[in-house]
Amino acid sequence: MESLRYLPGVTTLQFNEDACVGCGMCTKVCPHGVFAMEGRKARLRDRDGCMECGACATNCAVGAISVTPGVGCASYIIQTWLKGREKAECTCC
Amino acid sequence: MELKHVDNDAEPCCAGSSGEGSCGPRPLTGLPMASGPVEDDEPCCGPPPGPPSSPHERPGYQLCGFVRGFRDTPMGPVPLVRTRLNPADRLATIGARLNIGRNDYRVAPGLYGVGSPDPDSPVLVTANYKLSFDTLRRELDDVNAWILVLDTRGINVWCAAGKGTLSTAEVIARVKSVGLERIVRHRRLILPQLGATGIAAHKLKKGCGFEAVWGPVQARDIKKFLNNGLKADPAMRQVTFTLAERLLLVPVEISLVLKPSLWVLLAVLILSGIGHGLFSVAAVWQRGPIAAAAYLSGIVAGAVAVPALLPWLPGRAFYIKGLMTGLTGGALVVFFNWSGIRGLEAAALILLAMAASSYTAMNFTGATPYTSPTGVEKEMRQGIPVQILALFVAAAAWVGSRFIA
Ligand code: SF4
Ligand code: SF4
Repeated sequence: MESLRYLPGVTTLQFNEDACVGCGMCTKVCPHGVFAMEGRKARLRDRDGCMECGACATNCAVGAISVTPGVGCASYIIQTWLKGREKAECTCC
Repeated sequence: MELKHVDNDAEPCCAGSSGEGSCGPRPLTGLPMASGPVEDDEPCCGPPPGPPSSPHERPGYQLCGFVRGFRDTPMGPVPLVRTRLNPADRLATIGARLNIGRNDYRVAPGLYGVGSPDPDSPVLVTANYKLSFDTLRRELDDVNAWILVLDTRGINVWCAAGKGTLSTAEVIARVKSVGLERIVRHRRLILPQLGATGIAAHKLKKGCGFEAVWGPVQARDIKKFLNNGLKADPAMRQVTFTLAERLLLVPVEISLVLKPSLWVLLAVLILSGIGHGLFSVAAVWQRGPIAAAAYLSGIVAGAVAVPALLPWLPGRAFYIKGLMTGLTGGALVVFFNWSGIRGLEAAALILLAMAASSYTAMNFTGATPYTSPTGVEKEMRQGIPVQILALFVAAAAWVGSRFIA
């Protein structure tokens, strides 16, 4: 998967290392290996690999991670522009 | 249990004949005055009868083809499902891939089993999208397990998690509604990793008493995962996007552009007819097909070539990849029609193909497993103006070429 990369420097992912308790959950749920364990803390290994799915933030029990989750779908984003976020529907899946 | 409504019309027992008495005289049974021997076991005429009905069939309902039997549990019978797909399953798979009647590919939510599951067997959780369910069960040959099917409204695991129909609350509600704690002794659910967007594992235990273990991304790794003592290799935790996976998405991409394409083609034909005499049907006839071909080459370039060549096309933004394939597609159309067109027309055709391809390619972002919404929005802010400009210049050049001549 590392051969397919998307735009660098855009993700909204934020990681607060001080809050991390080292449970390792984020390394299990991330489908892009963005996090890795280093000793008793998680480490942001590949920030630009993040697709903002939100799995890590949802599953970090101590709230050390934040991200604005969503689907990277053009037709959905067009709808959010036209109709607003509440009424937009993702038609791609 | 998946139950389908069955047509009430009783079929005549003998092919080719209908109405009373077609099976020959038979003694009336069930009536108080009936007398004589009851010939219940005797077949009527025609071919020999099939096997008796399953004791689990109910009036007005029919068992699904993938149910092969039942297992009794303290919560009642649980359907056991086949791990092999039958022709009907395969047909449904093709239909779903072609995006035909996608709402029809649902499985009734609830508990199922494979093999001969017992109270210690693992519980695998999945979505009630038929393809998700089929993909899981076909990997469970020789496995004894329970399958807990969530109500994700017929949407696959990842999309349902993103849309919120696959959620912590749905898992908790489903575990309770099937009475899972009375069926299994352990307190563990194996969740599909791609559901993590919608399910917070740490909230499950409090909600339903079951702890969550994240299974692999792909169903094909599930056996290895089970045999490994519920451990996933790092590779099992990452999504892939191979050529085969990308090509599987092409039919859906095409189906999504079909309807808007009819409008574009209509516009293309109308523009082709505009000229000195205001509008000429002859011109539509002569120029329309070439312009339509340029547009369609753009669609193919965006919806087929971009997914196929994704890793090798330069640039990271999809609209740029689409501009490149569109340039090639448009150039090919021009090349094969060279005798009939002039320079300005050629430019118009190529720009039209580029705009169509770029837009279609940009829409493919939604089907990929690695594009972020922030990134897509950024590329759209750059790409859409380029596409509109290309389209505008293409239309002007196409119409203008008839006035200049
Ligand atoms: S899930 Fe949160 S607490 Fe656990 S390792 Fe990751 S960042 Fe640290
Ligand atoms: S948002 Fe998704 S892709 Fe990004 S780091 Fe978290 S789990 Fe990984």
